[in-house]
Amino acid sequence: MSRDGLLIVGASQAGVQLAVSLRALGHDGPITLVGEENHRPYQRPALSKEFLQGLISKESLIFRSEAYWAEHRIRVVKNERIVQIGKSDDGSGTAYAESGAAFDFERLALTVGARARRLEIPGADLAGVLYLRNADDALELKARAPEAGDVVVIGGGFIGLEAAASLTKMGKRVTVLEAGPRLVGRAVGPEMSEYLRAYHAERGIEIVLDAQVTRLVPADSGAAVGGVQLADGRVVPADIVLIGIGVVPNTELASTLGLECDDGIRVDRYALTSDGVTIAVGDCANLPNPVPGAPPGDRIRFESVNNAVEQAKVAAYAITGRKEEYAGIPWFWSNQGALKLQIAGLSRGYDRTVVRRDDTRGKFSVLYYRGDRILAADCVNAPLDFMAVKAALADGSVIPYEQAADPTVPLKKITVAADAPRETRNELT
Amino acid sequence: MPKVTFTDHAGETRAIDANPGDSVMETAVRNGVPGIVAECGGSLSCATCHVIVDPADFASLPPMEEMEDEMLYGTAVERRETSRLSCQIRITEDLDLHVTTPETQV
Ligand SMILES: Cc1cc2nc3c(=O)[nH]c(=O)nc-3n(C[C@H](O)[C@H](O)[C@H](O)COP(=O)(O)OP(=O)(O)OC[C@H]3O[C@@H](n4cnc5c(N)ncnc54)[C@H](O)[C@@H]3O)c2cc1C
Ligand code: FES
Repeated sequence: MSRDGLLIVGASQAGVQLAVSLRALGHDGPITLVGEENHRPYQRPALSKEFLQGLISKESLIFRSEAYWAEHRIRVVKNERIVQIGKSDDGSGTAYAESGAAFDFERLALTVGARARRLEIPGADLAGVLYLRNADDALELKARAPEAGDVVVIGGGFIGLEAAASLTKMGKRVTVLEAGPRLVGRAVGPEMSEYLRAYHAERGIEIVLDAQVTRLVPADSGAAVGGVQLADGRVVPADIVLIGIGVVPNTELASTLGLECDDGIRVDRYALTSDGVTIAVGDCANLPNPVPGAPPGDRIRFESVNNAVEQAKVAAYAITGRKEEYAGIPWFWSNQGALKLQIAGLSRGYDRTVVRRDDTRGKFSVLYYRGDRILAADCVNAPLDFMAVKAALADGSVIPYEQAADPTVPLKKITVAADAPRETRNELT
Repeated sequence: MPKVTFTDHAGETRAIDANPGDSVMETAVRNGVPGIVAECGGSLSCATCHVIVDPADFASLPPMEEMEDEMLYGTAVERRETSRLSCQIRITEDLDLHVTTPETQV
C-alpha cells in the first residue's frame, strides 16, 4: 500500500460516491475504499422493498462493476473492519483492521454510516428477532420468511412500514407496533401519518399505536421468538420480529481520533470535521442545515441517499482544493407496497399545511408552509406535486398557499417565479 | 448479446454490451457511463436517469406507465417526444438500443 492517497472507511452510498466523484473531477491520487461488510458495495434502499420481495436480484444492488473500479484505479477492499486509527496533525496516518491489515493514508474520509438501534428488552436475543440495516440482515429475513406466518414489526417508521408492506405482499400476517401516537412521527406531519395508517390498515396490516412493548416471548420450542408482549398483557404472535426503531450514527472511530461528535460526526459546510482535514459524509455526519435560508447555526443529520450523494460531491470538491458549500434541497423517497411517497424539502418549523387529495387517482400530498413560504411537501403517488415543490424550493419561487389545495390544478401552473433565478453550480451531475 | 449505445450531449458515443433483465440505467451506471445519475437506484423516484431514445428505436419499446410519464415532467432538461426514464427500460434478448443523455440530470 502506498503511503500517499485517500483512505475512505465505509464502502456504501457515501464512500462510493466520494470515490466516483473524485475521479469524475479528475483527481488522480490513489483511492482506497475499505468496508467491513463481506459484499461488494451495494445500495440499501431496495433491501426493505424490491429485494425483500424477490423482485430484483442481489446483482442489481451492486453500485459499480469490477471493471469500473479497475479502470478508475479505485481499490475496493471488503470484509475489513477498521478498529483503530492513528493520525498526525497533518491528517495522514494509518488505519488498522480487526484482521491486522494496515492501511496507510495521506488523508482520511469517514463514511461509516449508522447502525440499527437495538431494542433493549427481555427476549431481544431470541432467534427470529431481526433488524434491517444491511444485506446480511435482509438475507436472513428472506431466508426465514417462507416458514413464517406471523410477523411483528416494532417501529412504524419508513423502514418498518416498507418492510411491513413488502411482507404483506409476500402473504404474511403483519402487525406494526408503534410506540408513538402516530406513524413516521419523526419525519412527516399528522395528516400524512393518518393517511399512511389508513392506507396500510385497509390493506390488511394491523397497526397498534401507543404500543408499549414489554418483552419478546419465546415460542414453545424455547430458542426462537414466538410473540411480543404488550404492557396490557396481550401477546401478539410472531414467527419473526423485525425491529425498526431508528439508527445510531457510527461515531466511535471519530471520537477516538478526538473529532467532535454530537449526534454524528460534526462537519462544516465542506464536509470537513473539527480537525479541518478529515472528511465525514453521509449518515454518520452531523452538518449545517444545507437548505437555503435555514436559521444560522441550525444543524442536522440526514439518513438519506440524496444527502450521502450530495454531501459526497462537496467533499470531493474539498479534497481537490475547491471550496463549494453544501447547499441544496433535501429529498427522500419511501415505497411502501404500491404507495410511493416522495418528500421534498424539510418541514421542520412549519406552521400550517395544505392538503391536496384526489382519492379517485390515489394521490395525496401535504404541503408545509411557514407563513407564505413553502418549506416542504410529502407526496403520495403524486410526482408532479413533488417535482413542482422541489423546483420551487430550488429557485425560490412561490406556490401561493391559498391556491394550492385544488388537486385538479397542477402546482406548476400556480407557481410564481422568483425575481432573480439563483445561481447553480458545478460540473458534477 | 444485447447492446445499448449511449451518446452524450456533445456527441461522444459508447456502445455497451448489456445483460438481459437489467435496465438501461443499470447498464449505464455500473459501467460508469457519465450523464446518468440515477440517485434512487431505479425506484422511479428521482427522474435523474433521463434519456432521449432514438426515434427509430422508440416504438419498439414497451409503452411507459403513468408514473413514469408524470416523472418525466420533472427532468432537469425538458422532456422531448421520445424521452424515457432509463431505469424503466428493460434489456431484452436482441435489443439494439440507441439513446442520448441530456446535458444535465439535476
Ligand atoms: C432498508 C433500508 C431502506 C432504505 N430506504 C431508503 C430510501 O428509500 N430512500 C433513501 O433516501 N434512503 C433510504 N435508506 C437510507 C440510505 O440507505 C442511507 O441513508 C445510506 O445508505 C447512507 O449511506 P452511508 O454511506 O452514509 O452509510 P451506510 O449505508 O450506513 O454505509 C456505511 C458503511 O460503512 C461500513 N462501516 C462502518 N464502520 C466501519 C468500520 N469501522 N470499518 C469498515 N467499514 C465500516 C458499514 O458496514 C457500511 O457498509 C434506507 C436504508 C435502509 C437500511
Ligand atoms: S433511477 Fe431514479 S427514476 Fe430512474
